Amino acid sequence: MINPLDPLAALGRWMLGACETVGKITTFALAGLSHIVRPPFYGRLFGRAMLEIGYFSLPVVALTALFTGMVLALQSSTGLSRFSAETAMPTLVVLSITRELGPVLAGLMVAGRVGAAMAAEIGTMRVTDQIDALTTLSTNPMKYLVAPRLLAGIIALPLLVVVADILGVFGGFFVATVKLGFSAATYLSTTLTYMQTQDVVSGLTKAAVFGFLITLMGCYHGYNSRGGAQGVGAATTLAVVSASVLILAFDYLLSELFFVR
Amino acid sequence: MTDAVPKIRVRGLKKAFGEKAVLDGVDLDVMPGTSMVVIGGSGTGKSVLLKCILGLLDPDEGTIEIDGQNLLGMDSTARTAARAKIGMLFQNGALFDSLPVWENVAFGLFAQHRASRADGFRRAGEVLEQVGLSPSVGLLSPAELSGGMQKRVGLARAIAAQPDILFLDEPTTGLDPIMGAVIDGLIVDCVKKLGSTAVAITHDMASARRIGDRAAMLNKGRIVWSGPAEHLLDSGNPMVDQFAHGRRDGPIQMELRR
Repeated sequence: MINPLDPLAALGRWMLGACETVGKITTFALAGLSHIVRPPFYGRLFGRAMLEIGYFSLPVVALTALFTGMVLALQSSTGLSRFSAETAMPTLVVLSITRELGPVLAGLMVAGRVGAAMAAEIGTMRVTDQIDALTTLSTNPMKYLVAPRLLAGIIALPLLVVVADILGVFGGFFVATVKLGFSAATYLSTTLTYMQTQDVVSGLTKAAVFGFLITLMGCYHGYNSRGGAQGVGAATTLAVVSASVLILAFDYLLSELFFVR
Repeated sequence: MTDAVPKIRVRGLKKAFGEKAVLDGVDLDVMPGTSMVVIGGSGTGKSVLLKCILGLLDPDEGTIEIDGQNLLGMDSTARTAARAKIGMLFQNGALFDSLPVWENVAFGLFAQHRASRADGFRRAGEVLEQVGLSPSVGLLSPAELSGGMQKRVGLARAIAAQPDILFLDEPTTGLDPIMGAVIDGLIVDCVKKLGSTAVAITHDMASARRIGDRAAMLNKGRIVWSGPAEHLLDSGNPMVDQFAHGRRDGPIQMELRR
């Protein structure tokens, strides 16, 4: 016989589980952040993480931004023409790219590329006792594995977004001038007139937060993976999915913070 | 009976995972400069015991003393310092994939003694020779090594910082009998040369008799027998006899799940 309170009990268990997970992730994040500022520092590992997150993600982020800027110009031009407002297109492109699409698309690309690799690498270290080996060799795994990656994520993603912003705007400029008959000088002057410092700063701040979230999810799920190859696979999936959802959720929250008065 | 303080003293150690009690009041003494082998079937708590002593798991109850100092009462800094006295050979080697062999071997020197990279490289070559490998192996990646070579590199990493205590988790698992005997010989040589105290867990009886001065048997989370390792095959204890001779029938009943 089914107890009518069973669904309520299941909901309660789910809520408790969710609260527990949030608590664990918060504790993990605070521990990781505290190790960023406490010696010893692992400069080589930080450099390696910067290369992995920043330099090697450059092609995919650059291409994504370029094509997004191009398609944005094309679509907004046809849309705005219905209101005879084509001249607003450069402003729409630059604001969309710097405020939203640059950081969000770069974040999603890096989450897929780096977050997954990070979870797989740390997860494999967990299930093959390499993390225990670090501890026995007087090395704190949080300091050695997590802190350099978190710091690299916070620094590398804004740098990637600077590139994404430039290439996204260039993509719009290219389509507008070559295909839609805009004057190059008019396009650039409109772009520079209506773009404000806050637009770029808000995008870069979002990027730093997204970089932190991506590396946090990769490290957390890898660090806590269990059960061999299957566990590592699950950690990889969780890292990408949770980072992607958190990027979109925090994008909304940060937009509210920056732009809603 | 001697008045000497044991190098490692474990008293009343308990550890449970959920409802399952894995360690149920373990008492164990390991005297300085001796080798203790802990034997027992799969799932009897050998690895959990080792992880508790190493500080990788927090026990629920009990005390673990090294040189008379209770590890569980120490702050994290003191624990880290105590752990620096210990070298560990993991069952599967647990070599760091991302580092070449020589950096694996010198890792403890960098972490514990702030050795320079040049000193670490030189010392790694020396220790690799000590375990029967050419220093040129140091330039390889762990993935390029055979199982036996990985064990040797794991042993080299464990002894590189000249630890007071050496822990060995299933040192011969996955090796052929000849390579197993070679690894056991290297372990005995290293322990004698360093004057270390060694604790090995294994279910390989030949290995247990080669490595150990003394032996203890763990069953259902308790030490059920301890004595000289040379008496493992004729201990007179029915559990040890059944285990040592690999008999199906006896006091130890394997838990089988349907």
